[in-house]
Amino acid sequence: MNGIAVSTAINGDDIEFLCRPEETLLTVLRDRLGLMGAKEGCGTGDCGACSVRVDGRLVCSCLVLGAEVQGQVVETIEGMASGDSLHPLQEKFLEHAALQCGICTPGFLMAAKDLLERNPDPSEEEIRFGLAGNLCRCTGYDKIVRAVQDAAQVMRGDAA
Amino acid sequence: MHYSRPNSVAEAVNLLGGNTGNAFILAGGSDLLVRMKGGFVEPSLIVDIKAIAELRQIRATDKGFWIGAAVTCAELGESEMLRAAWPGVVEAANLIGSKQVQGRCTIAGNLCNASPAADSVPALVAAGARVHIVGPNGSRVTAVEDVPLSPGKTSLAPGEMVAAIELDERPAHASDAYIRFIPRTEMDIAVASAGINLTLDADGTIKTARVALGAVAPTVLRVDEAAEALVGTKLETAALERLAETCSAAARPIDDKRGTIAYRKSVVGVLAKRTAELAYKRARANS
Amino acid sequence: MNINAKTQIQEFRSVGTRPVRQDGVDKVTGRARYGADYNMPGQLVGLVLRSPHAHARIKSIDTSAAEALKGVKAVITAADLPDHADGDEGLLEILDNCMARTKARYDGHAVAAVAAIDEATARKALGLIRVDYEVLPHVTDVDEALKSTANVVHEHATSRVDPEQNVPLNVHATEEFGHGDIEAGFAKSDLIVERSFKAEQSHQGYIEPHACVASVNADGTGDLWVTTQGHFSYRIVCAQLLGMDVSKLRVTSSEIGGGFGGKTHVWAEPVALALSRKAGRPVKLTMSREEVFRSTGPTSPASIDVKIGVSNEGVITSAYAHLRYGCGPYSGVWGMLGAMTAFACYDIENVKTIGIDVRINRPKTAAYRAPSAPVAAFAVESVLDEIAQKLDMDPLELRFRNAVKNGSRSSYGPTFGTIGLVEVLEAVKSHPQLNVPLAANQGRGIACGYWFNIGGQTCTTLNIGVDGTATLTIGTVDVGGSRSSMSLVAAEELGIDYDKVKTVIGDTATLGHNDTTEGSRGTFSSSMATINAVKQAIGVLRERAAKMWEIPVDDVVWEKGCARAVGEEHGNLPTLSLAEIAKEAPNTGGPIAGHSEIVAEGVGVSFGAHICDVEVDPETGATKILRYLVVQDAGRAIHPAYVEGQYQGGAVQGIGWALNEEYVYGADGRLQNAGFLDYRIPVCSDLPMIDTVIVEVPNPGHPYGVRGVGETPIVPPLAAVANAISRATGVRMTHVPMSPPRVLAALENAKVT
Repeated sequence: MNGIAVSTAINGDDIEFLCRPEETLLTVLRDRLGLMGAKEGCGTGDCGACSVRVDGRLVCSCLVLGAEVQGQVVETIEGMASGDSLHPLQEKFLEHAALQCGICTPGFLMAAKDLLERNPDPSEEEIRFGLAGNLCRCTGYDKIVRAVQDAAQVMRGDAA
Repeated sequence: MHYSRPNSVAEAVNLLGGNTGNAFILAGGSDLLVRMKGGFVEPSLIVDIKAIAELRQIRATDKGFWIGAAVTCAELGESEMLRAAWPGVVEAANLIGSKQVQGRCTIAGNLCNASPAADSVPALVAAGARVHIVGPNGSRVTAVEDVPLSPGKTSLAPGEMVAAIELDERPAHASDAYIRFIPRTEMDIAVASAGINLTLDADGTIKTARVALGAVAPTVLRVDEAAEALVGTKLETAALERLAETCSAAARPIDDKRGTIAYRKSVVGVLAKRTAELAYKRARANS
Repeated sequence: MNINAKTQIQEFRSVGTRPVRQDGVDKVTGRARYGADYNMPGQLVGLVLRSPHAHARIKSIDTSAAEALKGVKAVITAADLPDHADGDEGLLEILDNCMARTKARYDGHAVAAVAAIDEATARKALGLIRVDYEVLPHVTDVDEALKSTANVVHEHATSRVDPEQNVPLNVHATEEFGHGDIEAGFAKSDLIVERSFKAEQSHQGYIEPHACVASVNADGTGDLWVTTQGHFSYRIVCAQLLGMDVSKLRVTSSEIGGGFGGKTHVWAEPVALALSRKAGRPVKLTMSREEVFRSTGPTSPASIDVKIGVSNEGVITSAYAHLRYGCGPYSGVWGMLGAMTAFACYDIENVKTIGIDVRINRPKTAAYRAPSAPVAAFAVESVLDEIAQKLDMDPLELRFRNAVKNGSRSSYGPTFGTIGLVEVLEAVKSHPQLNVPLAANQGRGIACGYWFNIGGQTCTTLNIGVDGTATLTIGTVDVGGSRSSMSLVAAEELGIDYDKVKTVIGDTATLGHNDTTEGSRGTFSSSMATINAVKQAIGVLRERAAKMWEIPVDDVVWEKGCARAVGEEHGNLPTLSLAEIAKEAPNTGGPIAGHSEIVAEGVGVSFGAHICDVEVDPETGATKILRYLVVQDAGRAIHPAYVEGQYQGGAVQGIGWALNEEYVYGADGRLQNAGFLDYRIPVCSDLPMIDTVIVEVPNPGHPYGVRGVGETPIVPPLAAVANAISRATGVRMTHVPMSPPRVLAALENAKVT
């Protein structure tokens, strides 16, 4: 048996899994843990569709080995809403029609959340560069940027 | 394949030394995992160095700065101390990949991939950075430019690994800069790039200069004639033109999917000028 | 059944609003299931072995070692996909593309496949398959393929306009359109501009790779879960290729992570089905990104000559275009589409276009959003821009003077009905972007674009729930929010709120045939069928109300979601709500539903015009998009936010193609940049906001006036960007993408000459 036993915390829950040493975190999430919100668009870190956070850092889960998250804290799109209340970013993506096909949306939401938690009041340029690691082929990014701007305002508690 | 996560440098060196197959260091993994995915490498052993505390540190030393091999580029960018002293090195490191990749990738990994287009390497060469290498026969220190030998090949002996990259203290009236050209605004590999480090007199005359170019030769290229073209000048137009000419002349790039020979030779001169201007402006501001 | 064009609703209650999409929460929480997000019990992992050669004869394939590997459950080659095409050449081509039969015809062509218990085993098995190739000469360039010295890409007969003509063997088809006498037209023109253009091959670049889970049972039935733009079409083709009964294969379309034309054709799905049939277990087959680039259907590379003559007043007197499109190793319709769309925006007395499909050793060309039109527009609109410069005329004015209007004879034959190009140009003229001053190295480009749009077979069902809410089942795949548009339409017709209607996509067992979501037909056709289905359901609702009231049905009308009795005898009865009628359904005749099965006719074409402002770095050749405006006729925007989304997304795909996207082939015929790192689609930081103006010139062929909007937005950008760069630099750009090295080289050449 070549499997590695890993104990980790995913979206606040203690999770244990076995994986092969070469398996990526993306494969573990999707195929072993049934968390399919992270998508494989490229498998090479070029599209951002598999974005998650590991120990507070935004990463492409296709470029992390499953074995590496031993003892670490993993956050995925499945943990973004609290119960039945959506995160302001999720609300604003819906309100602004910031998705068409939606395949890139989980990755964008994770990246945008990370961006706004580090920089609550980003300029348009900071948003655009902050999200440059996430490819969207449907929207031309316009409505995504607007949704993030609007969500930032809500998260800061500014009057609309 | 085996995965191991040692807690000390000694343990890591032991693991590497005891391995008879194809061992790879895993720091950020942003190149290694891509190569594994593509089937270009099949490691028999992966040594994850991120649990080694001293390799996760950025610290000031009596000579300057120690950047552990497992320090991510995002962490470099968050270091006020490094940003102030070596803005060119930090901006180069922060150009590698996306935010997602920034949270993982390291300058030591960038160096050890031995890609001529590696973003951090021209800046490190211009900075005169030293590499702290550990291995079965102890440790040694070498210049950054001595590590890459050719695309994908380094001078590291079997069982050796980079422990840290060291940078000097930053004197007054000195600074550095790095500029690359890519077709998009993000997410590309440099088509050509330039890293320049300048030390000035109090009156703004350039005392010393180091110029390094990326993606225009099999390894990052240190161009001493270009540096000489700057020394003794205040970066007047003639000096900038001379810089561009020497850089373009020194470049010996290839035609590939990312750019042509003619394009790279031309653009690397333009980049050198722009980089020199930025480094000069920073050096003037650093009083 | 046809639709009464006169049923125009003047005041809309739901249509034209911007509610949250109904599949939205699933998509922002990671719950939506795409092609790869589905598993069947006991499923295997399928992988495909692909040719590393651009052109090679397959002498033999030895699969014995792979078959012997523990954990391998099936290995297939073309021998496991026997020819059921029954002489249908088109079908045989699809089969050959799915699994090479005698020759590998491009780098990435499938030659064998395995199904194993896991990916690692399947990958190992691929490495054990021995293929003996005889490498043949290849040709990947359109113009090279036309030379008499070029090797022959495909042995199939060619179809030619003039069989006597000595047409090179790689010409698959030649199509000609036009009217008048172009030579006479050129003779009377005051100015003629003639130029040649080249466009590199681009890919749709959808973020979701192709993926499916296939299950074929021993009794000849099967299930296929797949990301597709058309599950009904996939069912027909897959069943035909595998020799199955069409009705025994149930295909379910997953959520689709982008298609843009690239998911209108089968690629690995028949392979997955064949693997499942042989293994006796379900098989999941997911392409890697590299496979998507190497082995699915990009658009055509093209080479185009354009010649336009005008009077001094800027009226086009004659226009000619010769358009050559690569179609991969198989047949194509790309030359025809280019020839039809090239001059479609203009009312021209003498016009002729010739479109040619050229076989090359690259992947089979597939549709990509208004296929062929963007590069045709690039060539034509560039020449028009040059003409405007030479006449010292405002380029917008030049378009006004030649724009097609109601009743204009199109350059490809038919006469246009109610169209909106002039209204689009008027909207451009009054847009503030035109007044923003430009600095040094900046330029502004304008270009127009056209797409036909289509209708086709469509089928919907509306079911009224016991509580008076409605479920609408449609069969036209939702690629970008159309389920919500259909809920808006159903709510409008029923007179109830949007959130009381839920629209779902039915699988192939739940509805009659629906054509694929392509040709900008989705919202147009489905809304037409939805309106029909609702009208039928309203008929039933009136009958039930009449029964409840015990009055003649003719005395019941449907208003604002309620039945109302009319006439002197019972006009004072209180209305019956949808919920009240639904509740009584068990006692009044059973479930209440409406159905519609139509061939949607009355398509409305869509014209657009784009304005692009750029700044070019003269030292690096890099182009920055400063501002971008899309103006387009939507007929009627059902959900304006998603119409804007189509405009913005199409424009940015066009900008990507204009600036950086291209397939790069090496001298060895292998694709050099099969990944998102070096196939450079635009990233967020490359772009400004994309302004939009929705013009609404209602399509008289649709009850609400809807026109398809999805494809036209990608038509003008190549030309708009090229014209902007040309004006910024003073050098005419003739080769897309206008990547920095290409722009800098053009600037350097201009200095020399």
